[in-house]
Amino acid sequence: MVDGTQSPLVAKGAARTMAHFWMILGVIIVAFPVYYVFIASTHSVQTILRPPLPLLPGSEMWDNYSGAFSGEINRIGGVSLWRLLGNTTLIAVGIAVGKIVISMASAYAIVFFKFPFRMACFWLIFITLMLPVEVRIQPTYKVMVDLGLIDTYAGLILPLIASATATLLFRQFFMTIPDELLEAARVDGAGPWRFFKDILWPLSLTNVAAIFVIQFIYGWTQYLWPLLVTNSNEMNTIVIALRKMISFADADTPWNLVMVTSVLAILPPILVVVLMQRWFVKGLVETEK
Amino acid sequence: MAHIQLNDLRKSYAGQEVIHGITMNIANGEFVVIVGPSGCGKSTLLRMVAGLEGITGGTISIGDRVVNDLEPRQRDIAMVFQNYALYPHMSVRENMAYGLKIAKMPVAEIDARVAKAAAMLELEPYLDRKPRALSGGQRQRVAMGRALVREPAAFLLDEPLSNLDAKLRVQMRLQIKDLHQTTGQTMLYVTHDQVEAMTLADRLIVMNKGVAEQIATPHEVYMTPASEFVAGFIGSPAMNIFTVTVEGGAALLPGGHRVPLAGLPAGGSVRLGVRPEDLEPVADEVPGIPVVLRSVEWLGADAFGYGTIEGSDVQVTLRLPGATAAARGQRLRVAPMAGRVHLFAPDTGKRL
Repeated sequence: MVDGTQSPLVAKGAARTMAHFWMILGVIIVAFPVYYVFIASTHSVQTILRPPLPLLPGSEMWDNYSGAFSGEINRIGGVSLWRLLGNTTLIAVGIAVGKIVISMASAYAIVFFKFPFRMACFWLIFITLMLPVEVRIQPTYKVMVDLGLIDTYAGLILPLIASATATLLFRQFFMTIPDELLEAARVDGAGPWRFFKDILWPLSLTNVAAIFVIQFIYGWTQYLWPLLVTNSNEMNTIVIALRKMISFADADTPWNLVMVTSVLAILPPILVVVLMQRWFVKGLVETEK
Repeated sequence: MAHIQLNDLRKSYAGQEVIHGITMNIANGEFVVIVGPSGCGKSTLLRMVAGLEGITGGTISIGDRVVNDLEPRQRDIAMVFQNYALYPHMSVRENMAYGLKIAKMPVAEIDARVAKAAAMLELEPYLDRKPRALSGGQRQRVAMGRALVREPAAFLLDEPLSNLDAKLRVQMRLQIKDLHQTTGQTMLYVTHDQVEAMTLADRLIVMNKGVAEQIATPHEVYMTPASEFVAGFIGSPAMNIFTVTVEGGAALLPGGHRVPLAGLPAGGSVRLGVRPEDLEPVADEVPGIPVVLRSVEWLGADAFGYGTIEGSDVQVTLRLPGATAAARGQRLRVAPMAGRVHLFAPDTGKRL
């Protein structure tokens, strides 16, 4: 992510080699389990269950992957892999977009509008930072039941889209916008909506990208809430399905398919990060306005 | 283009009045400069006219409309900000066109106006650049252009040259003057720089602590300052001002020196002001003020001598010819030129 040749701390010669050595070692340590998951997904159950697991890909890759997509998963979990991926994508995108919409709207109100109890509102939002989902999970569940939202996408997404963190981030960013920019827009005739659409939104894009990536991954890896709020297999996310595939008895678990599912569960977040990396990094480090 | 009327304009923040009733008529096409030290309320006054600050009392009319309760965009004004406030994500062209686009002007008309303003401000090569790729002077011109394309009733400029270096400031000052002469726009311009104020203004508002001390042409302000504050604020180096006692048609200066002057009050104490260039050297027998020089600043065409009145520690500034041989420690005898002294009331500071 950081371009070494442009860094003011460019190491020379031996120091540079050492730096690379440690970096590569670190990458190997972090990446090895992921690599092992992929290796395991290319072997048969028998090979996986007979230690040691080979370090090189096996010959079962095609069988495992095509099998997983064409009904093997369906046979175990009662829902197709496509459906699982679709569910999870919908929820992750829903949560990420929802969080951005809600937190931008609240940050916009708090920073640019004067209304009674403005600071009280801000502190209320801020305080919710201290309440993790798990603390309020019981009342939230009750609300979802009362609203009849169990086993619906709305039930999966809505309780997770309020975000104090994102609101705070947008608030901090909006506060760096010079007053004169707002005043110039007012003189130019821009109302609150035009100012948001034409000036604030384009200036926030890198921040939006960064928050989207973080929240997409947050939504993608949700476990506890989807577990509680879904009963039917049709509504499972890929993480839940993965858990359901693992039996207590080692021999009953189709480990090759579990590994395939794991690889497929890891891929979309990686894809999102890779595709949005340029913007994402810009949003995290950019200070110049 | 329009005239602007300020009528007993007042502004309070949390019960604290900061603008104490300003009344002024600005004629159509007039260039009025609001000048004063920082914190005198000059920017607040301009922002009230722009509609960016609320009004506590009085009225503002632009053209024949009272605009007290109108939003900035309804007031038909354009504003240039000190830090330019360009939209960083828009090109120069988009920056200039933005206000017109919001006003739903036809695209052809927008293009024509932007092209005209760009030509006037020599911005044509930069139209597709973003503000961050421009120098300070260019950004300043874009800010001017953005105001220009609106063809507003009045231009409001809030210290537009303060962020430029000295050389560019002189250039832009001339350009703004030209612009005013070619467009004939009504302009209201805030600055703390007295050179800008004196050179640009048709009329000046000299402000101090939320009060308009004097509203007059630069010439009047310099030659007949309405108060001791104006006298001290306009002119560089500042005017010499002494407390003198009047005694039989002569002023008794600190150190006990008698200078006979015309126009003095019958008696008592008075504040006497005289500009450095209005103190001329006199022969020893003539009544005058002996000054002991502490230092001499040589500027080329002329020099400034700083010293004290002999027999006291009251400071005096003198303007000396560039060819002067005066040096530190030297004693000079000077007297005010006839008709060039200013008398102020010691209590109110008003001109007598």
